[in-house]
Amino acid sequence: MFVINCPYCGERDQSEFSCGGEAHIVRPKQPTELSDDEWAEYLFMRKNIKGVQFERWNHAHGCRKWFNMVRDTSNDKIHAVYKMGEKPPVL
Amino acid sequence: MTKYRISKTRFVDQTKTISFTFDGKTYHGFEGDTLASALLSNGIHLVGRSFKYHRPRGIISCGSEEPNAICQINDNTDLTEPNVRATEIELYDGLRASSQNCWPSLSFDIGGINNFISPFIPAGFYYKTFMWPKGFWKKIYEPLIRMSAGLGKSPTQPDPDIYDHKHEHCDVLVIGGGISGIISAKLAAKNNLKTILIEDKNILGGSTIYQNNKNFIIDNQKSNEWLINEISELEKLDNLTIKTRTSLAAFHGYNYLLAKENISDHLPLDKKRGIIRQRLWKIRADKVIVAAGAIERPLVFHNNDRPGIILANSVKKYLDFYGVSTGLNNIIFTNNDSAYETAVSLFEKGISVKIVDIRKKSSSSIVKNAQELGIDIYWHSTVVNTFGYKKIKSIEIMNLSEDGSNVTGNKNKIHCDCLAISGGWTPMVHMHTQSGGKLDFRDIDQVFVPSEKGENHINVGSCNGDFELEEIVKNTINKVKKFLNINEDGFDKISVLCSKELEKKNIWLLPNTIAEGKTKSFIDFQNDSTAKDIKLALREGFKSIEHVKRYTTTGMATDQGKLSNMHALGIIADTAGVKMGTLGTTTFRPPFTPLTFGSIVGRSVGKFFDVVRKTSIHEWHIQNNAKFENVGQWKRPWYYPINNENFHEAVQRESKAARDSAGILDASTLGKIDIQGSDASEFLNRVYTNAWSKLGIGKCRYGLMLNEDGMVYDDGVTTRLGENHYLMTTTTGGAANVLYKLEDYLQTEWPELDVYLTSVTDHYSTASICGPNSKKILKKLFPNKDFSDEAFPHMSYQDAIIDKIECRIMRISFTGELSYEINIESRYGKSLWESCIEAGEEYKITPYGTEAMHLLRAEKGFIIVGQDTDGTMTPIDLQMDWIVSKKKYDFIGKRSLYRSDTIREDRKQLVGLVTDNPNEILEEGAQIVSELDKKPVEMIGHVTSSYFSPNLNKSIALAVVKGGKKMKGQKLFVPMENKNINVTVSDFIFLDKENKRIHA
Repeated sequence: MFVINCPYCGERDQSEFSCGGEAHIVRPKQPTELSDDEWAEYLFMRKNIKGVQFERWNHAHGCRKWFNMVRDTSNDKIHAVYKMGEKPPVL
Repeated sequence: MTKYRISKTRFVDQTKTISFTFDGKTYHGFEGDTLASALLSNGIHLVGRSFKYHRPRGIISCGSEEPNAICQINDNTDLTEPNVRATEIELYDGLRASSQNCWPSLSFDIGGINNFISPFIPAGFYYKTFMWPKGFWKKIYEPLIRMSAGLGKSPTQPDPDIYDHKHEHCDVLVIGGGISGIISAKLAAKNNLKTILIEDKNILGGSTIYQNNKNFIIDNQKSNEWLINEISELEKLDNLTIKTRTSLAAFHGYNYLLAKENISDHLPLDKKRGIIRQRLWKIRADKVIVAAGAIERPLVFHNNDRPGIILANSVKKYLDFYGVSTGLNNIIFTNNDSAYETAVSLFEKGISVKIVDIRKKSSSSIVKNAQELGIDIYWHSTVVNTFGYKKIKSIEIMNLSEDGSNVTGNKNKIHCDCLAISGGWTPMVHMHTQSGGKLDFRDIDQVFVPSEKGENHINVGSCNGDFELEEIVKNTINKVKKFLNINEDGFDKISVLCSKELEKKNIWLLPNTIAEGKTKSFIDFQNDSTAKDIKLALREGFKSIEHVKRYTTTGMATDQGKLSNMHALGIIADTAGVKMGTLGTTTFRPPFTPLTFGSIVGRSVGKFFDVVRKTSIHEWHIQNNAKFENVGQWKRPWYYPINNENFHEAVQRESKAARDSAGILDASTLGKIDIQGSDASEFLNRVYTNAWSKLGIGKCRYGLMLNEDGMVYDDGVTTRLGENHYLMTTTTGGAANVLYKLEDYLQTEWPELDVYLTSVTDHYSTASICGPNSKKILKKLFPNKDFSDEAFPHMSYQDAIIDKIECRIMRISFTGELSYEINIESRYGKSLWESCIEAGEEYKITPYGTEAMHLLRAEKGFIIVGQDTDGTMTPIDLQMDWIVSKKKYDFIGKRSLYRSDTIREDRKQLVGLVTDNPNEILEEGAQIVSELDKKPVEMIGHVTSSYFSPNLNKSIALAVVKGGKKMKGQKLFVPMENKNINVTVSDFIFLDKENKRIHA
């Protein structure tokens, strides 16, 4: 169980957080203009990387804020934590 | 003193006698004994029977690696515990232990017949044998296997003991209180680091504390004396917490560790009750130093499992720590120097001892010491057989051939009553690998050692592969200093003298003159896996160590292969002709030693198992005989039986009353979210399928919420309280998820919206009054209010005051009846409810539960999200097209409603079902078919809701059926176990399709 440095609260136990999957998938502004394939790409397709992955996390049992996190899924090493809307770090 | 208690030691208080029973017979031991040392002091070696062959087995070790001496303790039905290692349990007054896996008795065990038929039951025999005849499995094989499965007996009553969990944080956690752990803890604590030292035994010191030998000297003192001084120094350090009787269970990532502390297991029975038994520590450590030590290996030879065959260092511990000699006529069989310490200890106490060594010579100081004392040593020899059924009586030894692959010369028979064996040492790398660390194989002494790559932990001492005292002390000091960035250590001038092993030799399976197929050379003692089983598995094509392990069950017993894994690997490597290091190991999974279920769940038992949420009206429901239903964590009244009514009778009465006169429902559990902000209307537009911009202040509207995939997610009525203020209700079970989802969209997709969400579910209690007389009751409660349709129309809300308390009245309906919901601050919920009951008395107002509510809404064809939907239903499938806005440009899930899959016409769609026999009630979940003769029978849908309607006097059901929209009037079948029920597809609104009743 890892320790996450919530950008609003500081270091907290993983049990306070929930993971919201891959980050930086923007909801299309005009969904009605997309083909089935394009919409499916947004709706279903996720990379699920073994290695460094950009993820959305929510401090569910804390400040309830969403933020982004860069985590290596093979060893759970956390490389960066940053607020929603901020640019992802270059690794 | 008994014959075998041959000396006094500082660790066992021989002035304090403790009595205990084993297999019903009373024995005595002393304070400080373990059950094992006390049994041995009484000359008892035979303590159990092996799992498969029921061979007599004795105590083989002195710690958590023990595979044989596992007992059932305390025979009460609630306190009894199986598979307790006699080597770990501290003796206490009143301890009742018994042997396991034998019947009728330990001494005469019928199961022992398995030993004689063993050629017919090799590894994996059950996979091959029980295949035929096919019919035998259910009636004969399975019951037989179940009868012989398992070792001890589980308790049959709930565990009465108290368990606890506690969180702890520290700078440095040291695992293991042996010499390297003690040095590490001292270094850390003396340098202002908050340090915790855990040790699974009741005292610190590991195996050095009984190393009373002139060949092992630290700072001019014998190593044990030096260590005793160090321990007394430790106790003065403020920064250090020492937790004895605490064993590490798991080492997770980010230095999160679980450790189990035994608090009262060692206390007499009468002192145990009422205090915590075990505590699970959840430790987050900045740095971890693993000093877990090593486990001595046995040797693998024919009949190596007789009672009286014990690991050499354990013999030494029983002798020098407990003052108990495991035999009076000992032979030591070894491949290394460490067993010579045992020989010297025995000799110095005047106990007969001889040594058999597979090596040709050894020139270390401890071996020279033994030779000078005149101890007989048989060099370059091996044991080829042992004799004695319930206790070893003699052994046969032979010379090894030049390369050690065979035996030569004559057999030499030697009498003995104890055979001490030592096959070298295995570092305890479990902690290191649990935390994600990798291992390297060291050829010279055939051990896996930790491969450290900058983790936040280090391994020191023998668990790091340092076996010699000087290495242990000096490497530990240097490594810990570097790891903790310490300069000053106080150990600068330490001097260590010790015996050094120069000659090393290891043979995983010792040679014999007997054909291999006829030998029993045990590897896993508890599961009875032999070397021959491993070779059989290899012959049958198993290659991976993980497969061989499972096929032969090697390492799968309660000891998890602490003694056996390395030998299994070694024999596989030798047989397959590959290098051992390339095989890898099986996975070391937590827990290191078995945990009690109690320690895992801690306090979360009984009423603390899960959170129970009760409404403010809960007490009233109890007083009025409500039966409760769990909805999420809420307790909701299910029905209120009167005068011995059964469930059906009560629900029918409640449902009828609600339509005939008046009913009242506690609706407080519905999720409530307060929504405020200048973009609140726009926000609702985006999350609900229907339009919200034009909803007037003071009006209510039903809304349906989808997932982005177009499937129905939740529903509820939302009320516009003000220009920028709404109150949303959700389903009872969905409240938390809806808030989570809404926050997600607000924070991540639409951060530009000015909207704030607050959960107010617990803030308000809700009494929902429905039925044709509800308006009259409301008038009595609020005499100044105009309840006419014009002043207070359906789907609107008004503020009101009752008994000087502000409340909100919503005229909304989930039953199809004229209906009002009164929301009031939770603390006034019960008094509001009682006022409603009092006002409704003249109309026989009837409290109804969730079941009647479900029935009433089903009569009206209203869905329940989660009952009539299952995450695969779109609003179109539910025939709710009317609520999906065509005009809105976008809302969550809109695009998915016309994906190629969601527009299929043969999707499951909501329909009504009526049974041909109006008294036949369908089972919810029952499958629906259109053709009975078709094989295989094609399932075209299932029943989602089913009731007997007292208002229509017939059975009604909701169902989802493929292409159901176009099937109205069609005959279908619901096949049940004994019959087929004929049904007809109908409209799913069964009652008052014209919506007259809500205006009654």
